[in-house]
Amino acid sequence: MKLGFYPGCSLEGASREYNESVMAIAEKIGIELVSIPDWNCCGATAAHNLNKELSLSLPARNLALAEEAGLTELVVPCAACYSRFTMVQHELMHDEPLHKRVNEIIGKEYKGNLRILNVIQFIDEYVIDKLDENVKFEFNKKVACYYGCLLVRPNKVLKFDRTEDPQTMDIVMKKLGADAIDWAYKTECCGAGFSVSFTEAVARLSGNIVEDAVHRGAEAIIVACPMCHSNLDMRRKEIDKFNGKKSDIPVIYITQAIGVALGIDHKKLGLQRHFVPVNLKDFKPFVKKEIDVEKPQNMEVE
Amino acid sequence: MARIGVFICHCGENISATVDCPKVSEVAAKFPGVAFSTDYKYMCSDPGQSLVVNAIKEHKLTGIVVSACSPRMHEPTFRRACAEGGLNPYQCEMANIREHCSWVHEKGDKTDQKAIDIVRMMVEKVKRNNALLPIKVPVTKTALVIGGGVAGIQAALDIANAGHKVIMVERDPSIGGHMSQLSETFPTLDCSQCILTPRMVEVAQNPNIKLYTYAEIESVEGFVGNFNVKIRKKAKSVDETLCNGCGMCTTKCPNKKNPNEFELGMGNRPAIYVPFPQAVPNIPVIDKTQCTYYKNGKCKICEKVCQPKAIRFDQEDEIIEVAVGAIALCTGFDIKKTDFFPEYGYGKYKDIIDGLQFERLASASGPTSGEIRRPSDGQVPKKIVFVACAGSRDPAKGIEYCSKICCMYTAKHAILYKHKVHDGQAYIFYMDIRAAGKNYDEFTRRAIEEDQAQYIRGRVSRIYERDGKLIVVGADTLMNAQTVEIEADMVVLATAGVANKGAEELAQKLHVSYDQHKFFSEAHPKLKPVETNTAGIYLAGACQSPKDIPESVAAASGVAGKIACLFANSELTREPLIAMVDRQAPPMYSSCTGCFLCQPVCPYNAIEREEVKDRNGNLVRELAFINPGLCQGCGTCVAVCKSKSIDIEGYTNLQMYAEVDALLNS
Repeated sequence: MKLGFYPGCSLEGASREYNESVMAIAEKIGIELVSIPDWNCCGATAAHNLNKELSLSLPARNLALAEEAGLTELVVPCAACYSRFTMVQHELMHDEPLHKRVNEIIGKEYKGNLRILNVIQFIDEYVIDKLDENVKFEFNKKVACYYGCLLVRPNKVLKFDRTEDPQTMDIVMKKLGADAIDWAYKTECCGAGFSVSFTEAVARLSGNIVEDAVHRGAEAIIVACPMCHSNLDMRRKEIDKFNGKKSDIPVIYITQAIGVALGIDHKKLGLQRHFVPVNLKDFKPFVKKEIDVEKPQNMEVE
Repeated sequence: MARIGVFICHCGENISATVDCPKVSEVAAKFPGVAFSTDYKYMCSDPGQSLVVNAIKEHKLTGIVVSACSPRMHEPTFRRACAEGGLNPYQCEMANIREHCSWVHEKGDKTDQKAIDIVRMMVEKVKRNNALLPIKVPVTKTALVIGGGVAGIQAALDIANAGHKVIMVERDPSIGGHMSQLSETFPTLDCSQCILTPRMVEVAQNPNIKLYTYAEIESVEGFVGNFNVKIRKKAKSVDETLCNGCGMCTTKCPNKKNPNEFELGMGNRPAIYVPFPQAVPNIPVIDKTQCTYYKNGKCKICEKVCQPKAIRFDQEDEIIEVAVGAIALCTGFDIKKTDFFPEYGYGKYKDIIDGLQFERLASASGPTSGEIRRPSDGQVPKKIVFVACAGSRDPAKGIEYCSKICCMYTAKHAILYKHKVHDGQAYIFYMDIRAAGKNYDEFTRRAIEEDQAQYIRGRVSRIYERDGKLIVVGADTLMNAQTVEIEADMVVLATAGVANKGAEELAQKLHVSYDQHKFFSEAHPKLKPVETNTAGIYLAGACQSPKDIPESVAAASGVAGKIACLFANSELTREPLIAMVDRQAPPMYSSCTGCFLCQPVCPYNAIEREEVKDRNGNLVRELAFINPGLCQGCGTCVAVCKSKSIDIEGYTNLQMYAEVDALLNS
């Protein structure tokens, strides 16, 4: 099984451990992730505030390259890259003149046949069914799954999971034996856009998230976005200052959690790279249990 | 030889500002067959009509073309004038040079030419018009009222009191509708059940009203004055003629843990049940989906305890056929449930309830006997938040309209809450307070001033649970859009009013139109508010759009008045513009080949087989025959007829070709 892969800048830099853990679990379940040859920046954060054509053309070139390479499905782990890719695909497929213009700019023909998956869609489609046979350890911890803003929005484009109370990661974690708590800040803003420019806002917004997870007894926050991760992990000093108390709840990627359960070496998953140390121990051997996880109906208005 | 009169109307300046009317008149005068042509400022006025009448007499006209507005507007007017002049009223044609010309074009030669062409077409058509006679049909003086809520009750009683028979069909086991679920009513705070239940009993006791509960409309055929309706009377598993309503069966039924629909799931009921103590009729039904006997084949306790021996486990649905002359649609509405709101937890928090559930909590006959206690743990909420416009006026939710009743009932809820929980505090998030109506604004002021309801102008973005409290996060738009967070014990969503379940299917069965939200459409928003565009079918209450009680009752009385007017006639006159199959002398009999392709395409089942027999009674041929009572003149059969044997009277093929010819040869 071969799927396309777009790492983007963060997976090669600040979120190396995300890349490492995605690759590690893909390898374990026998999926080859092929990077788009000669990929470029997706333009997130800067381009769509400055130049519309540029913001469309950067992702479009990547998508066209992926098509040229014969890929039909593309895994995009970074939530911002993913958002730009899906929005560009949506916009171009619904606006023919714009589509033509962008093709002109990139000097390639983007057909729009590519399926774009973020990590939780990838897990939902290719990983979840293989868990029972491959999992070695039970992830016997209380976890708070944090989705942030971009993974399941906007619903009318993605048509995946529920905007306000998504469930995909919760279901995965429950399958791994975790206690995924119901909490209030699942999709609240972490302050991603202000990660560098206005850290006070990040401290307040991410502070609320960390506080609620800790208050409800979570032992780890599970994420699937590099920005969420860096805000909740890297800005912990500011967060603790805002909350007025010290917290040691680790923030780990869903792929790392799956990797731990699959019995992959923690170093290979990059668990040692976090600012808030991950001291999760005492995982018991996995025993398959029937759990009551019904996929929620998508109830958004079309 | 045709002698046609042409009358060009200026319609004030509506036509004459764009079209050169005297010029059109002048040109029309020269058309072959036109004996008289003139123009006038208001042709529909009294002197205008006299002008038409006199011209017909003076110039011995054989037909007239009134070149003015749409035939929907004034065709009946000029047909009357035509008849007054001594002609058959169907020798009148309208040439629409207003909607089709002056209103949609700029002033100029081309516009004048278009007006001339329209007149020319109608002149050629009217030359070929036949004298037609209106069709008389009898009227069945029985009305069908669909829905037994307050609107249906009002309509049924008014019609019955006018001396006509009424058949009422209600889907639920009891009549009463949503009004029977309400605690008190705005703006007077009188008890809803106290004012409604006597009316329900009146319905049951009125000798002119036949009541079918637990019944639905299966099919409707026919036309105004002559509808044939099939009613499916669902099996109650109880013989209504024997049951005396003692309640033994409902008390002894061992299967009591079924969600109570009347209490909106906040209480339980047995598998054999009457929806509420004041139900009309007071006859229980067995819910077959829950009854132990129907599920496992064992139990039958109700049968054992029933003294009149009224339980019938083998009872089947019954189809009842009735003939009625008019139909009143009073099927009411529904509300969105709390699970419609992702931002408020998809219905997962027990203490977020909808407005109707609050009515039951506040009702003396409700699950808490009128004490305000929250569903999760039965505690009395000390801080309660009401969210108005939950779903309404929100294009993102697909509901653009205002649900109209929520502002008032939310104010009522806040008042009732304060009356029952003196140390409690009510907060109301609102967009605008819409309190138009007699004593309505005074009522909302009372909620604010006397009962200390805190109105916060802004919307609620999220509600979540934390440590047993519901955290309501909203904005106060009058305080610089500051974020407001309230730790509430209970939240009431004034959810949007929506079309009732099954509204769309019912509308299709009755051939009445409905809007994009599945509310039934009135024939005209101002001048025909209780009529549908199907003659003989009327509508009242919230099946049309969200309405409060006084409005629903007023509309229902309006419907009753309309139906009484209809029934005042011994027979009805219908337009003779219907399809006719060619008939000729023997040996041809007809150009119809008897293929009957027309039969399946007819939407009104109006096409029958007619046997043509010779003198000895031997069958010669079978021909299509169109029942003039059923045909609506849609013309579908004309289009499929291979031998061109069917014509619509007033719109014959000959007339249509003449019009097209006139246009092409201008």
